[in-house]
Amino acid sequence: MKFEMITIRRLHTCVEDIHHEFGPVAQPPLRRGAIAAVLTNPFAGRYVADILPMMDALQPLGITMAEQLRAAMDVPAERIESYGKGAIIGAAGELEHGALWHVPGGYAMRELLGWKGDRAAYAQGKVAAPAPGQAPQPGNALAIVPSTKKVGPPGAALDVPLTHINASYVRSHFDAMEVRVPGSPAADEIVFILVMSTGARVHARVGGLKAADIAQWNGLR
Amino acid sequence: MKQGVNEVAARIRKLIVEVDETRLEAGKVIEPPTRKALAMAVIENPCAGRYVENLDELIAIGEELGALLGERCVAALGIAPGQAQSYGKAAIVGEAGELEHAAAILHPKLGAPLRKAVEKGAALVPSAKKRGGLGTAIDVPLGHKDAAFVRSHFDAMEARVSDAPRANEIVVAVVVTDSGRPLPRIGGLQLSEIKGEDGLR
Repeated sequence: MKFEMITIRRLHTCVEDIHHEFGPVAQPPLRRGAIAAVLTNPFAGRYVADILPMMDALQPLGITMAEQLRAAMDVPAERIESYGKGAIIGAAGELEHGALWHVPGGYAMRELLGWKGDRAAYAQGKVAAPAPGQAPQPGNALAIVPSTKKVGPPGAALDVPLTHINASYVRSHFDAMEVRVPGSPAADEIVFILVMSTGARVHARVGGLKAADIAQWNGLR
Repeated sequence: MKQGVNEVAARIRKLIVEVDETRLEAGKVIEPPTRKALAMAVIENPCAGRYVENLDELIAIGEELGALLGERCVAALGIAPGQAQSYGKAAIVGEAGELEHAAAILHPKLGAPLRKAVEKGAALVPSAKKRGGLGTAIDVPLGHKDAAFVRSHFDAMEARVSDAPRANEIVVAVVVTDSGRPLPRIGGLQLSEIKGEDGLR
């Protein structure tokens, strides 16, 4: 029953190498990637009160997409330094349908990148209490996965935010990648998106917290 | 995909590869899915801002990009070169450039190395060009690589780079597919009927 909610119509991947933006040429170039799955929206055209079963049903898709994106980027998970996620809901759907992506999209990338937290607690919006002196969530990918969502027409562009995987305040890694799938979403579709990047903006130079100076390991600093 | 150096003399700012896979169309399962790969290079236009009579530099860049972008498409699809079925090419010239600059990249020498990347390629490579600004989209026309009249493979793929072309840049795009449209049913020359000798049938 659960998995019947997930009908993939289309998969779209995009990987870009940014060599420079009129400054010094990066060696190796910054690599950013996005994967977008176009799904049939099972709730299109009507108000459905209980949409949470779809959140669980999306988990295997999230895991598959995260790994497929990493493979398309052709880098090991250790090279991924920032991430983000998003959703574009077709006109017969509701913004809230896009919010179903928060847990399955976020935890899929975090687990791929070595997060060791409590998935069940995460799904409930809780964080397990840390042991004294320990980071709240041991492992890698400590930071929240930033996101955007909107209701849009076919070909709508979504600016998906990117932030550092371990500390949201790392200024060099604040970025965004514009993602769009020509022709989608149709009114009864949803586009779920994951984005990952191998590093900072190509000519980052506006100061602030540096990735090398992350010290609190609390997902923020 | 190799990470690292600019393999070509063209001054590449960005290199972008997209794969679009259709699994369901009009409620029907597409098995195997139809797949299109798009590779784009954002390059500096060495002739921007002035009239240049001789466009050999752009012609050479076109030759280099034909190989690079064609190979990237085939690699992204994960296929052997001979499994490619259709192709197309396009360029968007930034506003300090001239439409003829796109023609210089696309037409004289881009085709030969692209054909090598997809094996054979008896047919004309369909093309489009325009002048544009940041985020301008171009529909790259597609046709079967060995027989231009194969009706199931007439198609297009939209190409666009959100932050290009700057005025002094050119976006060069190549598309390679391993399939035609998802549900072709309007007759015409069939894939099974082609000879692939004259590039037409």
